[in-house]
Amino acid sequence: MVELALPKGSKPTKGKKHAAPADAKNLRTFKVYRYDPDGGADPSIDEYQVDMDSCGPMVLDALIKIKNETDPTLTFRRSCREGICGSCAMNIDGTNTLACTKGIDEVKGEVKIYPLPHMDVVKDLVPDLTNFYAQHASIEPWLQTTSVQPEKEWKQSTEDREKLDGLYECILCACCSTSCPSYWWNGDRYLGPAVLLQAYRWLIDSRDEATGERLDNLEDPFRLYRCHTIMNCAKACPKGLSPAKAIAEIKRMMVERRV
Amino acid sequence: MADMRTPLSRVRGHGSAKSGTDHFWLQRLTAIANVPLVIFALASVVALVGADYATVKAYLSMPVVSILFLLLILSGVYHMRIGMKEIIEDYVNGEGMKLLSIIGNNFFAAVVGLACIYAVLKLGFGG
Repeated sequence: MVELALPKGSKPTKGKKHAAPADAKNLRTFKVYRYDPDGGADPSIDEYQVDMDSCGPMVLDALIKIKNETDPTLTFRRSCREGICGSCAMNIDGTNTLACTKGIDEVKGEVKIYPLPHMDVVKDLVPDLTNFYAQHASIEPWLQTTSVQPEKEWKQSTEDREKLDGLYECILCACCSTSCPSYWWNGDRYLGPAVLLQAYRWLIDSRDEATGERLDNLEDPFRLYRCHTIMNCAKACPKGLSPAKAIAEIKRMMVERRV
Repeated sequence: MADMRTPLSRVRGHGSAKSGTDHFWLQRLTAIANVPLVIFALASVVALVGADYATVKAYLSMPVVSILFLLLILSGVYHMRIGMKEIIEDYVNGEGMKLLSIIGNNFFAAVVGLACIYAVLKLGFGG
């Protein structure tokens, strides 16, 4: 549903300022969204000054430095710190991306960091992705076959394997889905770009035998056809993939099987 | 009342509607049809600027012209109806309001389409 303004109690107020040590010279300012579900207070934007001479190059390095040295209450998800786990997806400088692959030098001026847009916030930079994961489960993202199990592996030609390139690399960070206005307005019924890219990954897999059932499950005005080719997904993807193209391919398959 | 369904149960909801491709396909089909039909309609209007009623009536009495205008009305109104439905589904809050809007959209498209067809036929068959 369309919400153009934040609901009451969700508008961030001005928060605390955390200055850097007096001897620090090379400073950058980080403005970070803070929300504590236990305090009952409105969210706020806290300001942290970080000494860049003792900080790694990525936004995640700065967040870890802040948590370690300045403010241990700052909460965010992170794991691999090399763009493969998708945990540290957040909105940095107005764009959804991974904090671990976003260089601080790519941002001019203050570095503004918010949680992924239009999701419920669990705490600080941690969004509630329960619905997102359930949507991923709903497309049954595993190989489905009815033929007799071969003795070794299910075989696939080199050409058919190449069709999975640009799809298998998706790390389900949710940057694309949470940048999509259609997903903001109808995220309860529209599956969103990330899940549809994953759906296409199984639709185009030559080894899968459930293509028809998969298409049946997607053929819905909301699940699939809320995509209006806005292309925010392709712009946001930190792995350089194009969910929009995958969705267009699903629509092509839908038309192909009836025309 | 607390919703104690699992997230997967909520996502699966009532299942797939098994439709949507017909609208997707027809929206593109009518879009393709509208390109030449709208160019024809605009060219006709430009050519008839300043013409009197009798001239316009004579022009629209030509079977080819009349049929092309009728095609434009069918294709255009159908395209409009699908497009507006998409917008309603995107933006209108609440199931009740959404249903009312979709009903209104269908009635509007029917009235506009039939009024246009009536006008073209009336002129075509002698005003």
